[in-house]
Amino acid sequence: MNIYAIRAIYFFEMARTLRTLLQSIVSPVISTSLYFVVFGSAIGSHMTAIGGVSYGAFIVPGLVMLSLLTQSISNASFGIYFPKFVGTIYEILSAPVSAFEIVAGYVGAAASKSIILGLIILVTARLFVTFEIAHPLWMLTFLVLTALTFSLFGFIIGIWADNFEKLQLVPLLIVTPLTFLGGSFYSIHMLPPFWQKVTLFNPVVYLISGFRWSFYGVSDVSLGISVGMTLIFLAVCLAVVWWIFRSGYRLKT
Amino acid sequence: MQPIISVRQLSKTYATGFQALKQIDLEIRQGEIFALLGPNGAGKTTLISIICGIVNPSEGMVLADGHDVVRDYRAARAKIGLVPQELTTDAFETVWNTVRFSRGLFGKSANPAYVEKVLKDLSLWSKKDSRLRTLSGGMKRRVMIAKALSHEPQILFLDEPTAGVDVELRRDMWAMVRALRASGVTIILTTHYIDEAEEMADRIGVINKGELILVEDKAELMNKLGRKQLTLQLQSPLQAIPAALSGYALELSADGHQLVYTFDAQGEHTGIDVLLRRLGEAGIDFKDLKTSQSSLEDIFVNLVRERA
Repeated sequence: MNIYAIRAIYFFEMARTLRTLLQSIVSPVISTSLYFVVFGSAIGSHMTAIGGVSYGAFIVPGLVMLSLLTQSISNASFGIYFPKFVGTIYEILSAPVSAFEIVAGYVGAAASKSIILGLIILVTARLFVTFEIAHPLWMLTFLVLTALTFSLFGFIIGIWADNFEKLQLVPLLIVTPLTFLGGSFYSIHMLPPFWQKVTLFNPVVYLISGFRWSFYGVSDVSLGISVGMTLIFLAVCLAVVWWIFRSGYRLKT
Repeated sequence: MQPIISVRQLSKTYATGFQALKQIDLEIRQGEIFALLGPNGAGKTTLISIICGIVNPSEGMVLADGHDVVRDYRAARAKIGLVPQELTTDAFETVWNTVRFSRGLFGKSANPAYVEKVLKDLSLWSKKDSRLRTLSGGMKRRVMIAKALSHEPQILFLDEPTAGVDVELRRDMWAMVRALRASGVTIILTTHYIDEAEEMADRIGVINKGELILVEDKAELMNKLGRKQLTLQLQSPLQAIPAALSGYALELSADGHQLVYTFDAQGEHTGIDVLLRRLGEAGIDFKDLKTSQSSLEDIFVNLVRERA
């Protein structure tokens, strides 16, 4: 195991975040604050509590998930896309590193960043609304699992993308809609029965539901299903990454 | 001695159907400077890329210091440093950080003293905190060399190291390559400048259209290069070379009209004056004469044209 290589890639990527602090940390915090002002305070004050949880508090887990998903994907996809784009990938490919070490470095860094960001957003949220975390360990488990899974997903997008448009395509056209429709701002029980069924095909529902359960002990789907679905998605991403390195897809000719 | 790199029956066909390499066999000796010479698109970069693990081979195998570059890639790649042709750098990183990164990536523990030495050797020390995008092209190329040397490789690949580099830097680069060789590093460089191969290399390989058409010691090539030929057009054809001239390296053309004398242009006595006197004594008249010299360039151009 080339530990030095994992560390080199990991710290290289983390340094990139520090260089772009404004874009990496400050901008998601500002946009989340705006959500709290608009949905939490302005609209939330006219909403009834959902499952005994005030609307402002209800949307906290969803908003953290929203940032976690989008940031994991954008961090990881950009992290691997950029070396491909400028050509510095030659060094990674010619280094004595295994696929696992490359992924551990890039995905580990992307996941770390989004976990830190998620925690910062939680703290920010606390300035706007009061909430408790009923199951802190489960909360962290979901945070880490989701960050990891979606960083892997982002890594795959970064490998697949051969131009900047494709890099933006999946997050914009698939992930953002799924997240908004995944119950960030509402309980899926508020939907008509037909749409409740459709929603169950949206993997983000399980993430948000499980994450919200760790806060308030209430969920749209059972905890076991949430964990199970998250792990399945993680396994699928791992399988795709494994295949990418085995076949050299978009990396080697 | 076991070759440091041995390429066996290596072929590469790209997905487009383009055959970039055709059954290349090549052995690189430990500690030598090997120049791979060839026109653009000959397969130089493909060959290097396969050895370094950037391109997958279609057939054949490569051993680097006895390690298969595909199956035993970790051991093989740890010994190799690569300076690619294109200047690809992380624009926003500092020189120090990018070189330190390379060392870690290649599995070596941090060694600031060594990195400092590499940067000083390459006259980069004063730029260590500069961001790469602020450096000139020549400086960037030095940084890429520093990155390739950061993990103390035994084998260094320089792909067109002096393409687009000014004369002064080119001299510096040559001096640096010689110093590296003196420290025991084996160097393989590609170039399409023949004078560069002439200046630097111990051995020269010529590659064209994916085929390795010549591998020879530079000294031997230079021998050929050092040789000159004097061609005499005779007034009347000869049946055979007269006995009086048997001591000379003379050849008579089939029709007996041309007498060719091969001599060492670098030698103290070329023997031309004496030969011409002897010819006069023997009563052999000639109507014209010319001398010619084959340069490495001629050899190269002829080789490449023959196969075209």
